[in-house]
Amino acid sequence: MTSPKRVGRIEFGLFSPKEIRKMSVRKIIWADTYDDDGFPYPQGLMDLHLGVIDPGLRCKTCDQKAADCPGHFGHIELAKPVIHVGYTRLIRKLLRVTCRSCSRLLMTAEEVEKIVGPEDSDLTMDVVSEKDVKKERVCPHCGEQQLKVNFEKPTTFSEVFVEDGRKVEHKLTPADIRARLERIPDEDLRLMGVNPDVARPEWTILTVLPVPPVTMRPSIILENGQRSEDDLTHKLVDIIRINQRFKENQDAGGPQLIIEDLWELLQYHVTTYLDNEVAGCPPARHRSGRPLKTLSQRLKGKEGRFRGSLSGKRVNFSARTVISPDPNLSISEVGIPLAIANEMTIPVRVTPFNIEEMRQYVLNGSERPAVKSPCGANYVIRPDNRRMRLSDANLETVAEMLEIGWTVERQLKDGDIVLFNRQPSLHRMSIMAHRIVVMDGKTFRLNPAVCPPYNADFDGDEMNLHIPQTEEARAEAEILVSVQANILSPRTGGPIIGGIHDHISGIFLLTHRLRHFRKEEVLYLTQHLDLDHLPEPDATDDDGNPLWTNKQVFSLILPGELNMIFRASSCQNCETCRREMCENDAYVRIIDGQLIVGTIDKKAIGAFDGQILHRIIRQYGMKRAARFIDDVTKLSIRGIMLQGFSFGIDDEDLTRTEYGQIDEVLEGAITDVERRIKIFKEGQLEPMPGRTLEETLEMQIMQVLGKARDRTGEIAGRHLGMDNSAVVMAVSGARGSMLNLTQMAGCLGQQSVRGERIMRGYEDRTLPHFRRNELGAQAHGFIASSYKSGLSPTEFFFHAIGGREGLVDTAVRTSQSGYLQRRMINALQDLKVAYDGTVRTTGGRIIQFCYGEDGTDPARSSYGAPVDVKGIVESVLKEEVK
Amino acid sequence: MNDDLRERIDALDLPYRTREDLKASLADRDITEEEFEEILEMIFFEYERTRIEPCEAVGVVAAQSIGEPGTQMTMRTFHYAGVAEINVTLGLPRLIEIMDARREPSTPTMAVFLQEDWAFNRDRAREVSWQIEAAPLHEFGDITIDMEHMQVVVQLNKQVCDRRRIAVSEIIEIAPRKIKEKRHFRDFEVEGDAKRASIVFTPKDQESYQNLFQLAEHVRNVIVQGIDDIERVVVRKEGGEYILYTEGSNLRGVFEVEGVDTTRTRSNNISEIADVLGIEAGRNAIIQEALSTLNEQGIGVDVRHIMLVADMMCMDGEVKQIGRHGIAGEKESVLSRAAFEVTVNHLLDAAIANEVDELNGVTENVIVGQPIQLGTGDVRLIAKRVNLKT
Repeated sequence: MTSPKRVGRIEFGLFSPKEIRKMSVRKIIWADTYDDDGFPYPQGLMDLHLGVIDPGLRCKTCDQKAADCPGHFGHIELAKPVIHVGYTRLIRKLLRVTCRSCSRLLMTAEEVEKIVGPEDSDLTMDVVSEKDVKKERVCPHCGEQQLKVNFEKPTTFSEVFVEDGRKVEHKLTPADIRARLERIPDEDLRLMGVNPDVARPEWTILTVLPVPPVTMRPSIILENGQRSEDDLTHKLVDIIRINQRFKENQDAGGPQLIIEDLWELLQYHVTTYLDNEVAGCPPARHRSGRPLKTLSQRLKGKEGRFRGSLSGKRVNFSARTVISPDPNLSISEVGIPLAIANEMTIPVRVTPFNIEEMRQYVLNGSERPAVKSPCGANYVIRPDNRRMRLSDANLETVAEMLEIGWTVERQLKDGDIVLFNRQPSLHRMSIMAHRIVVMDGKTFRLNPAVCPPYNADFDGDEMNLHIPQTEEARAEAEILVSVQANILSPRTGGPIIGGIHDHISGIFLLTHRLRHFRKEEVLYLTQHLDLDHLPEPDATDDDGNPLWTNKQVFSLILPGELNMIFRASSCQNCETCRREMCENDAYVRIIDGQLIVGTIDKKAIGAFDGQILHRIIRQYGMKRAARFIDDVTKLSIRGIMLQGFSFGIDDEDLTRTEYGQIDEVLEGAITDVERRIKIFKEGQLEPMPGRTLEETLEMQIMQVLGKARDRTGEIAGRHLGMDNSAVVMAVSGARGSMLNLTQMAGCLGQQSVRGERIMRGYEDRTLPHFRRNELGAQAHGFIASSYKSGLSPTEFFFHAIGGREGLVDTAVRTSQSGYLQRRMINALQDLKVAYDGTVRTTGGRIIQFCYGEDGTDPARSSYGAPVDVKGIVESVLKEEVK
Repeated sequence: MNDDLRERIDALDLPYRTREDLKASLADRDITEEEFEEILEMIFFEYERTRIEPCEAVGVVAAQSIGEPGTQMTMRTFHYAGVAEINVTLGLPRLIEIMDARREPSTPTMAVFLQEDWAFNRDRAREVSWQIEAAPLHEFGDITIDMEHMQVVVQLNKQVCDRRRIAVSEIIEIAPRKIKEKRHFRDFEVEGDAKRASIVFTPKDQESYQNLFQLAEHVRNVIVQGIDDIERVVVRKEGGEYILYTEGSNLRGVFEVEGVDTTRTRSNNISEIADVLGIEAGRNAIIQEALSTLNEQGIGVDVRHIMLVADMMCMDGEVKQIGRHGIAGEKESVLSRAAFEVTVNHLLDAAIANEVDELNGVTENVIVGQPIQLGTGDVRLIAKRVNLKT
């Protein structure tokens, strides 16, 4: 174990030139990096004192090898001071609020007190800002007339004189500015929010430049053996080169003009070295024209040091592959390919209790030939941290050497707990802990019932797997992150794992109405369930063979004491409920774990509103609920297989009568639209309040056409009954809706862009197929055809327009909601419930005195209620409770 | 259920909601003492189990619960919420707007409830609506430009004025004042005649036609009745009473109108509510607005999550944005701010002010690579080691 040392606090401050020199191990004066032999120049940018990156060499400062030497700073003595770009705003402020001759704050003590508050009270944290000082006033301390200080991006400061009534700008050199900043007294700095103990303002004008260690800017060796230097090194080369030239010119007493030019050039290079994206400064470029990635760019943004390397990290012990479904797995399991199980390991410490087992792992070696073979080990770690790879050659020797205190990295085997994840990880259920089942094949296998929390499907989705390496991690994974612990969503307090698609169709087909099964059928249905006996048969057939009802079969997977009454999703919401006599068998009544009447569908076992599931969790716990989901998935799959379930193009066929009726409805609607247009053109249309005539007409047309589409749906629906697979899916809530069916069999209806009919296109018309200013249904995107009958060319085009809007919408939405999510997490991540029940930030500020005003955990609540009173009363009284 | 039972339920140490649920479930039903006892036992057992645990990272859970369904929401900005005539921003844009704590929502609206005497009478409700709806002068009469005399002549329609309960003299007084105050146009003279119900506007500049037309435009559009920010009012009957829905929002103004029930009237402008009614009202407005936006999209989110967000936003007594210019930007920790946005500036400023990062928060500790102080990372209790040999 690592020592429990903690980083207590991090203090921020500026380096003074003195500190930079003290920290430096070498003064850098040569712009060159390596000599012809590929050896670093002494006092060059790759000096061996700055650390080493080439294997074999040793650091001249700490005498360590490349892997161990952390690197050491050097320094460059600048010929003349230059401004640090990041601090131009601070420098501007300081120049404007301090006197140009005595450098005191341009305010009297009374004025200061007004802003900062009385001296002895440190209640106010206010700081003097630029606005508090009037421009061009007289210094209250020495009486000097102040001048206006102009600042020009990126780093130019100048004073404005008034000479003969004309304004004359006089440039301030960094040296001038430094001199002025040096004179500002410490007390005045404190008033301006600068702490002079760690950050004297003159330190923002650089006289010495620290040279980062080579480890921070390693050069890469290309395939052709050429060295390619890091962007930072390139920039440092530029700085040193100009600095040297500057010095030479200065010493030789070069002309003022050249000196000034060189000074500006040096300023430019230092500026871009610090930040290559400064406004008003052309970015320094690589030879290829690519802008250099200098210091600021390394830190900034999503891939920058902070977000890319410090807040998010790359990990070992992870795997990724395509996922595929397997309903025979439990929801808490995940099937992993043998290849992955062989590669990934769990470290196990050898103890007196497991040494024989470990020895066997070592003997089994690292090549597990088949899924059923016992698991082996890949590495052995000795107490001195030496790692040994196991290969066929050394298995036996290592097994013999194995001692207590060693660590064996054994391969994965069935039952190991792992974390399973799918991006985007939008909520905590995006990572859940599963138990491993090693399988043939090359994909991860999971029970389709756990798709909703991951938002996964099997159209090529890939998922990640992480292996916890410590006992603590495994304990947390099992207790807090396991699938069972996450069946209830903390968002709503309802289940989020449950039957989907075929599970729902299957259980619906199985439980709909009353049916009888022969023994073989019952056994087929229940073959994967863990049962020891069948219940008493309900009836016998003509030959005296026992028969069981479908409701009995379903009841087999219910807990014995369950009592509940609810309405299925196939419920039509009739005016007066006929309860047990419901025509659709939608009134579900479960007494003492027996389904008496009703159909089980989405409302009962679905992923987002599984009522039975919800009740089982509350009354029998998560484990029982997980078993129930496992049983339901297995039973429903058998249920759907017993009958067979398919959907084809001929399922959308209607008869001649229906087609006639649909045509009639559509024709009627189109003539109705024409009629309304005529009324509008004659000026007889009555506008709706607050709408123009055109808007009123549009709304009317949309209404008429919408109604027509619904009518065709009704006509199609009348023909397609419960023997149609699509109807079964829509009614049970498995997938799709009657609207989808309407569009397939009846008519597609109006295509829209931004909630309006399609108006864009050519001048005064959508397509050249129509007359200008035509308002009719067909001319603005009404599609009378169905998917089955096929679309006409114009209809097809309109459909593409409508479809495009949906695609654009999704793209925009994901980026927007992603950013919202990031901001929310950032704002709220530090909140926790304290031991006294209050909600506090980790810093201790109280946000709420009692979490959620009642201290109820939404993840354990019953859809927000602290107690599921209805469920409890129902289960005690065994009657329906309102 | 008898009163005795009701009293017993009321005396229970349970949240109000649970007691009410229980009363509702047991209403018109006779139960035995044993059954009641059993129910109570189960309720208390479940109540204990649903308490939140210490160290729970409730903030992250709340953020995820609101952020995750964002992907399922529509982008459609305009939607008709109940009232077909009034546009309201809904879906994801509205949610973002609430979290951004914008000064002004993109579609401000109000629901103005009326006091008893006004709420059940269509005509009286209409009267209130006239006091609220901003009505320009041209709705009260004919406006003609007299180019011969360089004048703008307004001939008020007395019937309209009577119907809208505004005296002619009032209009004569208000119109020129408002033109000067609200429209900042002063170069004209006025002559009003209450008897003939006419107003004559004469521009000072008698030469320019352009000026005359400009004046006419101001005269036509000057708001003489109602509240300036409220462009339209729709009267609707809901649950037996009349409610006014407005486009545009001005709480303070509407509260001064006679007949308005100030206790129920609400606006969708959160910062306005916070300004007028105080921060607690602002907090409730955030909760109510966010919840109704999510529910309208068919997304169920526990109130507790939204309450936490609202409390965080209102913690300092003013409504603060979720993001760079609000909560996230004002955190104490330098590293946390740097990791969020504008990395470099935060670091540079921290150096100047000698800021110290105490490493309390989550991001900071992730950055330096040590356990975060949340959940299992916050437990300081360690079990005593038991020696296995003895």
